[in-house]
Amino acid sequence: MSIASPQAPVVAVETPFQRLRSQFLENRLATFGLILLALIIVPSVLAPWVAPQNPFDIGKLDIFESQLPPGSVSESLGITYWLGTDGQGRDVLSAILYGMRTSLVVAFVSVTGALLIGATVGLTAAYFGGKVDALLMRIVDLQLSFPAILLALIMLSVLGQGIDKVIIALIAVQWAYFARTARGTALVERNREYVQAARCLALSPLRIIFRHMLPNCMPPLIVIATIDLAHAIAAEATLSYLGIGVPVTQPSLGMLIANGFEFMLSGQYWISFCPGIALALIIVAINLVGDHLRDILNPRSAQ
Amino acid sequence: MLVFIINRLIQAAGAVVVMSMLVFIGLYLIGDPTAMLVSPEANDLERAAVRQAFGLDQPIWMQYLTFVGNAVRGDFGRSFLTGQPAMQLILERMPATIEMVVVAIGFAVLVGVPLGMLAGLRPKAASTKAVMTVSILGFSLPTFWIGLMLIMFFSVYLGLLPASGRGSTVNVAGVSLSVLTPDGWRHLILPALTLGLAKAALIIRVTRAATREVLPMDYIKFARAKGVRPRRVVGVHLLRNILIPIVTVTGLEFGQAVAFAVVTETVFAWPGMGKLLIDSIIILDRPVVVAYLVLMVFFLIMLNLVVDILYMAIDPTAREKVRDQ
Repeated sequence: MSIASPQAPVVAVETPFQRLRSQFLENRLATFGLILLALIIVPSVLAPWVAPQNPFDIGKLDIFESQLPPGSVSESLGITYWLGTDGQGRDVLSAILYGMRTSLVVAFVSVTGALLIGATVGLTAAYFGGKVDALLMRIVDLQLSFPAILLALIMLSVLGQGIDKVIIALIAVQWAYFARTARGTALVERNREYVQAARCLALSPLRIIFRHMLPNCMPPLIVIATIDLAHAIAAEATLSYLGIGVPVTQPSLGMLIANGFEFMLSGQYWISFCPGIALALIIVAINLVGDHLRDILNPRSAQ
Repeated sequence: MLVFIINRLIQAAGAVVVMSMLVFIGLYLIGDPTAMLVSPEANDLERAAVRQAFGLDQPIWMQYLTFVGNAVRGDFGRSFLTGQPAMQLILERMPATIEMVVVAIGFAVLVGVPLGMLAGLRPKAASTKAVMTVSILGFSLPTFWIGLMLIMFFSVYLGLLPASGRGSTVNVAGVSLSVLTPDGWRHLILPALTLGLAKAALIIRVTRAATREVLPMDYIKFARAKGVRPRRVVGVHLLRNILIPIVTVTGLEFGQAVAFAVVTETVFAWPGMGKLLIDSIIILDRPVVVAYLVLMVFFLIMLNLVVDILYMAIDPTAREKVRDQ
């Protein structure tokens, strides 16, 4: 992504990627977060190739090896269940890798969607001002004052189950945050010389908003998007835990945790606990990275 | 002041109408509740009779107008499942939810404000860094996750506290409460803690930020220079001025907590109105869902109004702003 545009005056906002990288790596905790993130994301994305077992291929499961504790060796399949097996004889580690994959896809797509919609609304409001601004921000305020979980619940009860529906519901609850941030940043950018110059050239509002203002409004939006990934993962897990999120055929982390709950009370903790730890780790890793990104990219807190 | 309140109430009425319309139309689009109302063997004639009895054969705008007409008189229709009035079903479950939320928010304030002030007063201390790191976890980890971990530790591993239900209750003026019996408290602790931890984390952050903002102010410096005891500076000069953001956030979080009780109640099988909502959503019990949402919107708007009034009671400059309008 190129933040620098030829018209932009030389200000602190322009941060070459290399400087960003060295600044980022200075913080050990954030670097640790980044490594942790990579250690979770890479195997999850490659789940079909690296997971010991395809947990959703019924032919590859051994129902007689259900509820085995972590470290058990399978007699019939010749693999080690490092994290044990669940109630249907699935390898918990494999289920986590596949589940994490679903969670990550939902989070990335919904945050990107919310970012695009929110940035468009926010920049439009800031650029035009006046009544357009008042109307759009009214909608944003209304949305933000209503509890996100309820909105998502209603959306899903209207739309039904499914990964695409969860994504739509998550976009609906998240876009307003991006809209507000984008507007705040854009209000400052609007009065900069490069925007005035673009206006003098009689460029179309569409072009000024997306080609000139948007790149300069990106840093705070990227920070929010990073941390929002953790929120999206948590929200999706919650909805799936409640039984109205992803369908049973594509279980995400939340559903794995819900499925293991009944076993937890009888002492077979790993079925629920292991996916729970995976969920916590990814959320913590994203927060470590996001928090530090905010410190670097926000000129006010950098001082 | 009165004009301000009336204005807000008119806005509130508008919001309730818009929300109810959206929810009604939204829920109208999903599944046909007739399937739930009649047995699978019923013939078409019986189906039609049931549809007519529940008014489902009318066009949607007619159904909505009937709904509004009845709603004004406090009648939100009957649950498709139990046949009881929907609003009554919800109101019966409400004390359980409110009780849990009040305990949770009380816990969050009692823990959050002192810790947040300490963190603000000693920004460089190791304890501050620890508190701030834990607080990030507190509100980024999902509520249900915290609940499960608490169940695992306190109920399964230690076997100290029950993992579900409400325990024995005491009936006070027609409302059953758990907070009055030791057994009720044992059941209440884990759900309230689950809900309260995330809120405590938020209050810690708000309090810390407010403390750091107020500390460099002249009146604090002046009080110190005057020789006021440090404890009094913190307890009076500082506390009074950081109260404004804390009250605002706590008030608004109260509403969020009632909404989020949906999750906590599901984890702990707590028989409140959030559990009722989830069950009703899953079985498409439309009247209960609509009644819950109308009630919730009304509640949130009232809460906002109360927060605004409190805000004016604490902050004299806000009072003046309203008077000037």
